[in-house]
Amino acid sequence: MVQSLNQLKESPSQTAGPYVHIGLTPNALGNHGIYPRDLGKSPIRAGAKGEKITITGHVRDGAGMILRDALVESWQADAAGIHPAPNDPRGGADPNVTGWARFIADFDSGDWQFDTVKPGRVPAPDGRLMAPHISIWVVARGINIGLQSRIYFEDEEKANAECPVLQRVEHRERVKTLLAKKTGPGSYRFDIVLQGEDETVFFDI
Amino acid sequence: MAESAPARGPLVGRDRFWQPPAYTPGYKTSMTRAPSRPLVALGSTLSEETGPVFGRDMLGEKDNNLIENFTGQQAVGERIVVHGRLIDQSGRPVPDALIEVWQANAGGRYRHKKDGYLAPLDPNFGGCGRTVTDAQGRYEFLTVRPGAYPWPNGVNDWRPMHIHFGLFGSGFGQRLITQMYFEGDPLIARCPIVKVIPSQEAIDSLIAPLDMDASMPMDALAYKFDIVLRGRRQTYFENRKEGL
Ligand SMILES: [Fe+3]
Repeated sequence: MVQSLNQLKESPSQTAGPYVHIGLTPNALGNHGIYPRDLGKSPIRAGAKGEKITITGHVRDGAGMILRDALVESWQADAAGIHPAPNDPRGGADPNVTGWARFIADFDSGDWQFDTVKPGRVPAPDGRLMAPHISIWVVARGINIGLQSRIYFEDEEKANAECPVLQRVEHRERVKTLLAKKTGPGSYRFDIVLQGEDETVFFDI
Repeated sequence: MAESAPARGPLVGRDRFWQPPAYTPGYKTSMTRAPSRPLVALGSTLSEETGPVFGRDMLGEKDNNLIENFTGQQAVGERIVVHGRLIDQSGRPVPDALIEVWQANAGGRYRHKKDGYLAPLDPNFGGCGRTVTDAQGRYEFLTVRPGAYPWPNGVNDWRPMHIHFGLFGSGFGQRLITQMYFEGDPLIARCPIVKVIPSQEAIDSLIAPLDMDASMPMDALAYKFDIVLRGRRQTYFENRKEGL
C-alpha cells in the first residue's frame, strides 16, 4: 500500500431528465410564482460593447429528431475577450456583459435563440489567442453527463486558423461542426448534433 | 458578489471511468443521444476556469423552502431538511455557489405538462428551489420527501425517491447536474438511471444518509448530502508555457 492522495472523487453526474425545466426555467414552463423571473435570460444588458449578434439553433439526436427537452447554457467573454468573473485574473470586464445565459428549445419549433455580443479573443494558457467562441453545456433526458462544446464563428477565418483549441481537433473535417453559420447581418445558425453524420465536436475540457 | 478570494487555476481533468459513459443501453434514451465520436480532450482554459457568480441578494426569502415557496400554503408530505456542503476534490469549500433543486411531489408527480402519472398534483407544491452556499460551502433546503414514480423505459421501471441538483462552481467547466437518493430505498439498486454509474462506490456517493442530529424534533427529519465538484490543480510553479 501507499499513502493516500486524499483526493475526493467528483460527484457522479446523473441526467437532467425530462423535467429539467421545472427546476431551471420554471416560468418558461408556466410554473409562475416561485421566482420572479428565470435566470440567464440574456448574457448582456443594454449598453454592452461590441457587435450585437443573434444565434439560433436546435439540438438534434442520432435519429434526426429535434429535442424539445434539452437545455443549453452558455458562457463567454466580453467584446475585449475578458470574462465578467471575479476569477478572471485580468479584470475590468464590460459591466454590461454578464456572460452567462440559459436557453431552452421553443416547445413547438424546437429552436432556441439568444442575443449577445460577439466575444473577443481569449488567451489560451500558453499565451496564444483562441478564436472568438462561446462555451456551451448541453443537458437533456438521455444525456448522462453534460456535454461541453463551443460555438465558433465561420466568418472569423484568420482567428479560427490560429486557434490552439480548434487545432487540436484531429479530424479536420469536423471543425465545421463548431462553426456558427452566418445567415444574415449579425445573425448566425448553430445546430447541435448529438450523434451521427454531422455530430458536433464535444470536448473533455 | 463573492465574499472570499475566488478560486483560480487549471481544473483537474474529469475521471471518465468514474463518471457514467454517454452510451448506456439500459437507459434507452441515451442510445440516440450519446456522442459516438471520442470527446476532444484538452486542458482547461480561462473559458472553463471562470464562470458566473450569483449573489445571495437575488434569492427570495423562501427560495430554499419548497414546502412553502409556491403558494405560501404548506405542501403535503413527509417534511425533510436536506443539507450538506459543496466542496471540491481537494476538500476545499465552494462558497457563493448557486444550487438549484427540483423534484416530484410526495406522490411522485411532477408539476410539468408532460407528466401524466396517476398521482395527483399538490396545489401547494411547485417542485423547485434554490440557494447560494455560504463561506464554508454549506447549503440547506426544507422540502417534502419526493415519491417514487414509474417511467417508460423497461416494462416496469421505477425511479427511486430522488431530488435533482444543479450545481455551479467557480468555473463553468465545473458545471454539474446530479441526483440525490435516500438511504435505504430498495429502488436505488433497481434503477436503470442509477446503473449508468460504473461503480457501487460512485453510486453510494449519491445516497444521502439519514442525519438524526440535524433533524428538527417534532418537525422534520434530515438528510445530509455533500457534493464534490472538480478540483483545481494546486501548483507552486507557474508553468504557463506547457501548452494546453
Ligand atoms: Fe426525476
